[in-house]
Amino acid sequence: MSRENVLEKLQSEPKNLWKRVLVFAVVLLLVVWSGSSITFNGVAKQGSVVASGIVNGILHPNLKLLFNLTTDGIPYLLLQTIAIAILGTIFGAILAIPVSFLASTNIVPRPVAMIFRALILLIRTIPSLVWALVWIRVTGPGAFCGVVTQSVCSIGMISKMYITAIEDLNTGILESMDASGCNTFQKIRCGILPQLSASFVSTAIYRFDINLKDATTLGIVGAGGIGSPLVQSITYSRWINVGAFLVALIILVVLIEWMSTKIRTRLATGKR
Amino acid sequence: MSTADTTQKLPLFDRIFRPEHIVLENGHSIDRPRSRMPLILICLAAVIIISMRATGFSFSILIERGNQLTVILGKIFHPDWSYFPKVISPLIETIKMSIIGTVAGCAIGLPLAIFASSNINRNKPSLLVIRFILAVMRSVPTLIYASVLALIFSLGAFAGSVAIVIFTVGIVAKMLYESIETIDMGPFEAMTSFGANTFQAFWAACMPQILPTYLDDCLYCFELNVRASSILGYVGAGGLGVLIRERTGLRAYDDLGCVLITLFIVVWIIDLLSDYIRSKLT
Repeated sequence: MSRENVLEKLQSEPKNLWKRVLVFAVVLLLVVWSGSSITFNGVAKQGSVVASGIVNGILHPNLKLLFNLTTDGIPYLLLQTIAIAILGTIFGAILAIPVSFLASTNIVPRPVAMIFRALILLIRTIPSLVWALVWIRVTGPGAFCGVVTQSVCSIGMISKMYITAIEDLNTGILESMDASGCNTFQKIRCGILPQLSASFVSTAIYRFDINLKDATTLGIVGAGGIGSPLVQSITYSRWINVGAFLVALIILVVLIEWMSTKIRTRLATGKR
Repeated sequence: MSTADTTQKLPLFDRIFRPEHIVLENGHSIDRPRSRMPLILICLAAVIIISMRATGFSFSILIERGNQLTVILGKIFHPDWSYFPKVISPLIETIKMSIIGTVAGCAIGLPLAIFASSNINRNKPSLLVIRFILAVMRSVPTLIYASVLALIFSLGAFAGSVAIVIFTVGIVAKMLYESIETIDMGPFEAMTSFGANTFQAFWAACMPQILPTYLDDCLYCFELNVRASSILGYVGAGGLGVLIRERTGLRAYDDLGCVLITLFIVVWIIDLLSDYIRSKLT
């Protein structure tokens, strides 16, 4: 290609410089506006002590706590956190199925779908801590509260992902099954389930990752798991315990994330 | 492939439960692997039973005390709108925190993502170190960051913003390096063969390819951050969470309802806005 051709090609590219400048200006304006009230007031009096305490705690975690096999020890608390996340995800994934079918525009009329979508958004918007506070009156403090909270909270995000899968359903398959004389049950078993199951399971595993982290924060309001002793140690400045909890938590979450990514790629590509 | 070769590669499951051997009418034969469903169901049932034991799960409590739920939810959905004027300034603070957090986090996340993608950074040890740091950043929940940072930087919006920045960096960098690894490297190689250095080649050849995904990820993070920052105040890091903690502490659930419904409307508007921007991007 000669030089003229290259220049010609360059000139025929769409000119959207002013658009970029505009977007950049808007973002800059937003940042300046937000930056105006969020000011750095320096480090708090105890700030440097806290910071060095945390670093020291992570480097020298309380090994006694880390390998304590009673119900106060970290292994049991981690097991409880995992159990909360597993049950919360499973119940959430099951509860989300009817909700998401009722919110898909290719299954029900648009107004009905819109009502259920508003419901889903409402569930997603109310922070999980608030849900925990609501449920704690029913169940009392403890891990059970965490399970119920996560079952409800998970519905929001899981249904959002389910809806995309349901709306992508290939209806041609159902038509051809109709033509070959299949009954409704057969159509669901062989026409709909194989199309949905992989993405449903993948969504549930993804949500399990999120729930595992969320189960930690629920401990702040007393909903069981590793969260409540962690927050207590932060308030009472027991940094070696904080270090032990954080090290255990980081190892667990990194491990689970790695495993779930593996399983999800396998589900997406269909390899065994 | 010879038969000896295939039996070598059979997964453990198929070696224990031999595949069903079917001979068709025309003499061909096929192996139909046994269904793994029963095994999966048994494992799942065992996991569920252990989890129920560990968490003290009981349906009877839910049925007996279920009516307690309506007490609080009923108050939340009959909000006291006279409380609304007090909601506005924390709400704006929440939005400001998420804007600052998202912009700073996305800006820091971009270079980290470039160093963490295996097709740009050929140095394996540094790649693994950066990925590990990103994984650690993501593994600690935002609220735990916020509660520690609130002690370090004193209570207020600054601690919350820093917590959001850390969270955003981890998540944006991960989403971004996954998409950088799928781009077409042809233009990049062409640029380097012209004599451009890695940075120039990346800027001219890869940036246009990843920019739409990057902006999309930033918007997604902004949506997440608005939700996340609304609760950070619960541990003293500024924004709506301060009100949520105060009102639940006082059992003023009708005021809480006002806070939550305002938040719901704002989140809805932000979702609609970002959907609109996203439709313009593609």
